[in-house]
Amino acid sequence: MGIKKKKFVIMNSKDSCATALENIPKQSQFKINDKIIIINQEIQMGHKFALDDIKEGDLIKKYGEVIGIATKNIKRGHWIHTHNIKSHYLEAIDK
Amino acid sequence: MSEEFLGYQRAKGKVGIRNKIAIISSVVCVNHIAEKIAYEIENCVAITHPLGCGQFGPDFSYTLRTLVGLGTNPNIYGVIVVGLGCENLTSKLIAKNVKRSKKPVEFFNMQDVRGGSKATVEKGIKIGKMMANEAKELKREPFDYSNLILGLECGGSDSISGITANPAVGLISDKIIELGGTSILPEFTEWIGTEHLLIRRAVNENIANKIHSTLNNFLESTMKLGIDFRGIQPTPGNIEGGLTTIEEKSLGTIAKAGKAPINGILDYSDSPKGKGLWLMIEPGLDVESMTGLAAAGAQAIIMTTGRGSPCGNPVVPVIKICGNPKTCEWMANNIDVDASKIITENKRVEEIAEILWQKLKRICNGEKTYAEILGFEDIAIWRCTAAPFQIFHS
Repeated sequence: MGIKKKKFVIMNSKDSCATALENIPKQSQFKINDKIIIINQEIQMGHKFALDDIKEGDLIKKYGEVIGIATKNIKRGHWIHTHNIKSHYLEAIDK
Repeated sequence: MSEEFLGYQRAKGKVGIRNKIAIISSVVCVNHIAEKIAYEIENCVAITHPLGCGQFGPDFSYTLRTLVGLGTNPNIYGVIVVGLGCENLTSKLIAKNVKRSKKPVEFFNMQDVRGGSKATVEKGIKIGKMMANEAKELKREPFDYSNLILGLECGGSDSISGITANPAVGLISDKIIELGGTSILPEFTEWIGTEHLLIRRAVNENIANKIHSTLNNFLESTMKLGIDFRGIQPTPGNIEGGLTTIEEKSLGTIAKAGKAPINGILDYSDSPKGKGLWLMIEPGLDVESMTGLAAAGAQAIIMTTGRGSPCGNPVVPVIKICGNPKTCEWMANNIDVDASKIITENKRVEEIAEILWQKLKRICNGEKTYAEILGFEDIAIWRCTAAPFQIFHS
């Protein structure tokens, strides 16, 4: 009997994203915090997907801390990457 | 009783986990002499570098402080400093400073020895062999972990280091501090983006201000040179691996320092002024960083790596922990602790931290790390004077 592998990790209960621990195929379904999450495209290992709907301008958290700000609306289960998140830190410094 | 390690008592209440003789070259010109001496002596390391001559201002101070710190490190029983004789960083100056630690120290210059390099090597071997015989008389005794200074390093990181090996190291750093010990987080360029979190963890306002001003001064002065440090992180490789912003990368990096309060911020190669967690100013290059940690008095270093790194240090055992399954398999004989089981076997970070803790205890008791077995004894000293750079580019 093989060991059942964890497909993703959530670093902190406050997080708005999970990190893939292996390549997760499109259409994979997970139940996280009583919500069904459907992965909309393949998520590569080390990449993130949204645990809930995120609105443009929302802060995105990992490790329980802000890792950036959404530049577009991101749906639950969708890939979070440089196309839809930017640094909140750099934003704050430039102001 | 289980939370003790077997170390070597040194003067001034210090404790080593190794009992080596160090041959330090004061200047690049005699590196080969130092290496030839060290080769002939049991349990002996050469500490060599490309510096020691024509250095001024802060660069001179960093080289001096680092070489003195490496000789002073409690893992070293005795020191021989070899100079050439015409350099501005003299063997006498290094030896005088190392002697404050009350350990056996000798120094000489090749230009003062009749018979050239051959006679200088012979002289060094003769003194070194005597020191090594004395060192052998010393036996390990039990000490508690309040005597330990742990260096927290990472190198060749990938996007999963921050969710596997780094948080595991963070738990060990917190544990050492709970046991009354000390840990040091170097590589300040990798804190950028998390200043607000580090400042929040500072034990007082003074330390908070110092963390803020250190990072701000660095960012402003490098901006003047046309370099935007905030703009180069995360690297294209990081982004490909899944990291998106500078703060995400830095959060993964500072995970190595756990959750303990920050007691202060040290200059490069400077020793902590008390127990607990300390930050060290150092620009984020693995070997320079580990040299600075060893010079600060760390007796052990834990280095997390994702893509894999073989680096070690002549004075301090470097324990490698890696979260990347491929690297753990391909570089199995370089990686001491396999944290990829978080991914492949569903292990929790806490379980990996426990394996790392048992490994650290055995390393403190004398077991060798892969870097030690393989002979990785790397030294690089931070050079910080930007003046020549500005002249050439104005």
